[in-house]
Amino acid sequence: MIGSFVQFVPASKAAGLREVDAPNSLVVHFGADRPLKMDAGVSLSPLTIAYQTYGDLNANKSNAILVCHALTGDQHVANEHPITGKAGWWHTMVGPGRPIDTNRYFVIASNVIGGCMGTTGPASLNPATGRPYGLDLPVVTIKDMVHAQAMLIDHLGIDMLLCVAGGSMGGMQVLQWAASFPDRVFAAMPIATAARHSSQNIAFHEVGRQAVMADPDWRQGRYLEEGVIPTKGLAVARMAAHITYLSDEALQSKFGRKLQDRSAPTFSFDADFQIENYLRYQGTSFVDRFDANSYLYVTRACDYFDLAADYGGSLAHAFKGSKSRFCVVSFNSDWLYPTQASRAIVHALNAGGASVSFVDIETDRGHDAFLLDTPEFIATSRGFLDAAARARGIAPAKSGAI
Amino acid sequence: MTAKTRANDTQRTHTIPARVDLLLIADMVEPRSRVLDVGCGDGTLLRLLAEEKEVDARGIELSQRGVNDCVAKGLSVIQGDADTDLAGYPDKAFDYVILSQTLQATRQPRKVLEQMLRIGRHAIVSFPNFGHWRIRLQVAFGGHMPLTRNLSCAWYETPNIHFCTIQDFITLVREIDARIERGVALDHSGVPLNYSEPWIWNLFGEQGVFRLTRKR
Repeated sequence: MIGSFVQFVPASKAAGLREVDAPNSLVVHFGADRPLKMDAGVSLSPLTIAYQTYGDLNANKSNAILVCHALTGDQHVANEHPITGKAGWWHTMVGPGRPIDTNRYFVIASNVIGGCMGTTGPASLNPATGRPYGLDLPVVTIKDMVHAQAMLIDHLGIDMLLCVAGGSMGGMQVLQWAASFPDRVFAAMPIATAARHSSQNIAFHEVGRQAVMADPDWRQGRYLEEGVIPTKGLAVARMAAHITYLSDEALQSKFGRKLQDRSAPTFSFDADFQIENYLRYQGTSFVDRFDANSYLYVTRACDYFDLAADYGGSLAHAFKGSKSRFCVVSFNSDWLYPTQASRAIVHALNAGGASVSFVDIETDRGHDAFLLDTPEFIATSRGFLDAAARARGIAPAKSGAI
Repeated sequence: MTAKTRANDTQRTHTIPARVDLLLIADMVEPRSRVLDVGCGDGTLLRLLAEEKEVDARGIELSQRGVNDCVAKGLSVIQGDADTDLAGYPDKAFDYVILSQTLQATRQPRKVLEQMLRIGRHAIVSFPNFGHWRIRLQVAFGGHMPLTRNLSCAWYETPNIHFCTIQDFITLVREIDARIERGVALDHSGVPLNYSEPWIWNLFGEQGVFRLTRKR
């Protein structure tokens, strides 16, 4: 049974590849005339951005909400996922009658650069070589992701977004949007996030990357050409990361020390415990939908994120004079991006004179609470977005539209 | 001021039910100023100030429910604690920092007042007066901790841990080198007393409402 959770997946069957080249999404291409200037000091061209939209853009283009996805999320916010067949990752928040009401708002979500769901990433073909970029893709930052999104928003002809919302790495993008493009962000919702990656955050990501790179099938990042996938390393990376998304309390109440389909321990290294089985499942299902090199890039982007560093070390300077209204949300059992990290954002916003609301939601669900149906969170989001929409003169959703 | 406030009250066309002390506080605030309401509850005062005085209204509230109510009203309110979270604001960030019926529930009233005067040009404080004659009678002759309409919790479950009299408050203001710009005491039906002698306030006022500023 050893290694039973790690199956060999031939590259041709790797679902990530399928979406990389021909995503089930809207796509916009930017040619050599529109390069993306990256933090790494190089320009990326050509650039493809895969995105989804929901709802209708109103006549004066004032009802657009940009949703930014987390580490391994994607543009499939509120539709069935093309690979997993599961509901969109934020269907609790986005949809008809939801706080981000698709009957009222025009919702945009794009895959980040460095991703593997259709936007240019390490699995995309490098036109200079005719091979996948692999590690030849410049290291991507949160700011690069946001600048690419801004190109998409320009392409859609939208000057100002009603709101930019996102959790975790998505929240970092929200903060970057507010700092880089204050005039284009009417309202901002950074959720369960931080203005910089802590040492512990970097440490967990490094464990994940080392797991990927230690897999013999990683082949120095050239695995796609060699017809293999470092499934083993990527699954372990996901298992470790997944623990950080939950809380001790939630794990204890869901799994405790319960055994998996057996009445006694087997005195082996099989998955005796339910939690082991659960994590192995999380690991194996993840490799079906995510590219290993992408995992290196997106984790690196988070690690490099330190918004204050671009503003003389003062986070308050990042938001100085900002006219955007902010709603910062944290969850009290989130130990990955703890409440304290959100409070630091709130203090900086206050010090910068910005208009800010902050709520720390009580829940035992840990970091993942922002993805779940957490009633207080849903209520706060609804109230905040309603008020922002009223202030922008956006009509309520048609009644009975739910 | 009294007559004007009452008149405003009856002419009010919106549906905000307003406590008299909130109206008095609102009367002490200049239009279009920057206001922080500490312990803003469901945002009644902030909304009143935002709508009638067009102030830039901000709040701090401890309860999640209160914060949610405020956010839904479009108010900028952060979940936090008067005792700990005022320290995060820069000096003179606001024109007015308001503490309405909350002073007696803070752990360190003196520090809270000092912080308010640091981050605001003015501080406005309303609080129940423990020197009111009814309370004195209950303690003196009843021999028990007082229970009144405004102070209806038994001693073992009250959130109010630092009661003071109007006289105590005036002493504290002096000690922290602040100055009282305006002061009003309200009788048990919420009507401002017509006398301005502090000893009368201390005996007949059920609540005090004061606007302070730093001396320097």
